[in-house]
Amino acid sequence: MSSQPSPADQQRRLHGWGRTAPSVAEVVTPRDPDEVAAAVLGAGPRGVIARGLGRSYGDPAQNGGGRVVDMTGLSRIHSIDAPSGLVDVDAGVSLDTLMRAALPFGLWLPVLPGTRQVTIGGAIGADIHGKAHHVVGSFGNHVESMVLVTADGTVRELTPDGPESELFWATVGGMGLTGIVVRARLKLHHVETAYFLVDTDQIDNLDDLMDRQTRDDDKYAESVSWFDAVTTGPHFGRGILTRANHATLADLPEKLRDKPLKFDAPQLLTVPDVFPPGMLNKLTGKIFSELWYRKAPTKHGVVQNITQFLHPLDIIGEWNRGYGPNGFLQYQFVVPPGRGDVVRTVLERVTAAGKVSALNVLKRFGEGNRAPLSFPKPGWTLCLDFPVGPGLGELCDELDTIVLDAGGRHYLAKESRTSAEAIRRGYPRLDEWRKVRASVDPEGVFASDMSRRLELV
Amino acid sequence: MIDAVGNPQSILLLGGTSEIGLAVVEAFASDRPMRVVLAARPSPRLDEARARLEGRGCTVETVEFDATELASHADVVQKSFAGGDIDVAVVAFGLLGDNEQAWTDVAHAVELAQVNYTAAVSVGVLVADRMKEQGHGSLVALSSVAGERARRSNFVYGSTKAGLDAFYSGLTEALRPHGVVVTVVRPGFVHTKMTEGMKAAPLSTTPEAVAEVVADAVRTHKELVWAPAPLRFVMSALRHVPRPIFRRLPI
Repeated sequence: MSSQPSPADQQRRLHGWGRTAPSVAEVVTPRDPDEVAAAVLGAGPRGVIARGLGRSYGDPAQNGGGRVVDMTGLSRIHSIDAPSGLVDVDAGVSLDTLMRAALPFGLWLPVLPGTRQVTIGGAIGADIHGKAHHVVGSFGNHVESMVLVTADGTVRELTPDGPESELFWATVGGMGLTGIVVRARLKLHHVETAYFLVDTDQIDNLDDLMDRQTRDDDKYAESVSWFDAVTTGPHFGRGILTRANHATLADLPEKLRDKPLKFDAPQLLTVPDVFPPGMLNKLTGKIFSELWYRKAPTKHGVVQNITQFLHPLDIIGEWNRGYGPNGFLQYQFVVPPGRGDVVRTVLERVTAAGKVSALNVLKRFGEGNRAPLSFPKPGWTLCLDFPVGPGLGELCDELDTIVLDAGGRHYLAKESRTSAEAIRRGYPRLDEWRKVRASVDPEGVFASDMSRRLELV
Repeated sequence: MIDAVGNPQSILLLGGTSEIGLAVVEAFASDRPMRVVLAARPSPRLDEARARLEGRGCTVETVEFDATELASHADVVQKSFAGGDIDVAVVAFGLLGDNEQAWTDVAHAVELAQVNYTAAVSVGVLVADRMKEQGHGSLVALSSVAGERARRSNFVYGSTKAGLDAFYSGLTEALRPHGVVVTVVRPGFVHTKMTEGMKAAPLSTTPEAVAEVVADAVRTHKELVWAPAPLRFVMSALRHVPRPIFRRLPI
């Protein structure tokens, strides 16, 4: 028996975190940049795309009939420089791994999304954002340089302001379609502790909730709100606003001061793969909303660890299975600052359609960056999630019109169902990005199910 | 790709003037316009179908296709996939024929067998090959309850559908590892041009109703469906009725 698996053994069925729209591709797992280049050069007519930890909800990291490069094999942290905050890491390293390694040096990843199970390459490709966006911007803002393998197999080092800066910014938010990032240098922030000083406010309607975020978000390093989209009437959109600053050593209670940089990240349970479709319905949605609202009464200055504050869902492994076999989708958009009314309109449409979204996250973005396909821009971003079921497609198409007419756009890392036209309208710099991409990949070697579905290239 | 909520972006209809087939295309197009490839012999009905779908915002391509011209099938399928991935392909062509003529006239019997079975197998092999290359896709074959147990009144047609049904049921298994879902659809009596003037059987249905069953099956990755759904249980019972009784049943 040969130890080399035959090509047929490497055919794998892949889907995104939403567990919808699978396709089968040949998966290769290189160990170093040379092997990545070989994987790119050996790609067939259906092209190649990189894949990290599969946390994108839709189909950007799958490539039906083509090749998918599993990047988790490139997983070395090359260096961490505490005084400057510069780290040099392989693209397959997860934010979780990097955070655990960097925290003992008092270094903090400025951009952390709702999960830490994201690779550095994926974080750059989707230009991810976190609750700190209004202060620190998105992930690309913290990349000092990156190493990119392009379609011809060459390895380029790119910087935000260097000679190939256009390619650098086309890669930030470029959904892996300019090449494969194999290594990056990031600039981290200095912190005294691994804790947050959290202010929680229970606010009983949507207008007040948004008003509060508009007024004093700038006093906080992190800010996000969750609201209830099930309850109607005067308490429509009642919510929990959680905002925080990094706790200093002096903020910590005595018992935490011994190990201020200790990282608590428990995973209590993994959801088994047994849920029937339709388990999340109006009733369970109501119960969930009620519990979530009740568990967070107004309280200021509470010390919380990273998982409590930033990643409550990471406590439960594979939580996406709870939606059952039909999968689910997240609908995330941003609209300009003056169009906060869209948030209410969208919620009213959702309620009128009889759909239930249990996890509703609302945030105010700060300034965007130079990347043509970067999602964040100033304004309101709302994220809803729905189990897939009858009528959801029509509802989402209706929401698209509302969002696009208001000058908004969709987040590609969450996207799994919109039209090519919606992306073209939402991203006016798409053609500019295509030009940069075409200059390094004229043959269209990099391709994904998403790039074909949304006609990105 | 068929997206997360079940919208295909492209559909190929083999038998481009089939009433049930066109109803399937319209069932998908009513949610979102898409790219449609109609493979059929040129005819006024084909032009009409094109115009109607274009009116819905679809982009329509037509490919000349004659089921009896087996040698041309490779070219037809190649042309049908030339515009990009096909997300859903529907094998919808077929002849009902005249049973009394068919079991006594060789030419008519062979014609039914060639169109309903041989041609369906031929395009099935060719489309399967293309969908394997894509790593995704949904292939729908219109079978019939007539193939589940042969009846005196239309056993020649029934035998061709039994063959098609067995072929596509096996193809379901063969294509599963390649990310392609094959769906076998067994309608009962459907009111169409093909059955015009015939006495409707119990649980008769319409092309639109069959289309809804097909669209739902594609969206939920079902591999075998009846239209209407209760026929599943009726046929399950009928398959086990002893012959002396079965031949006396008014069906």
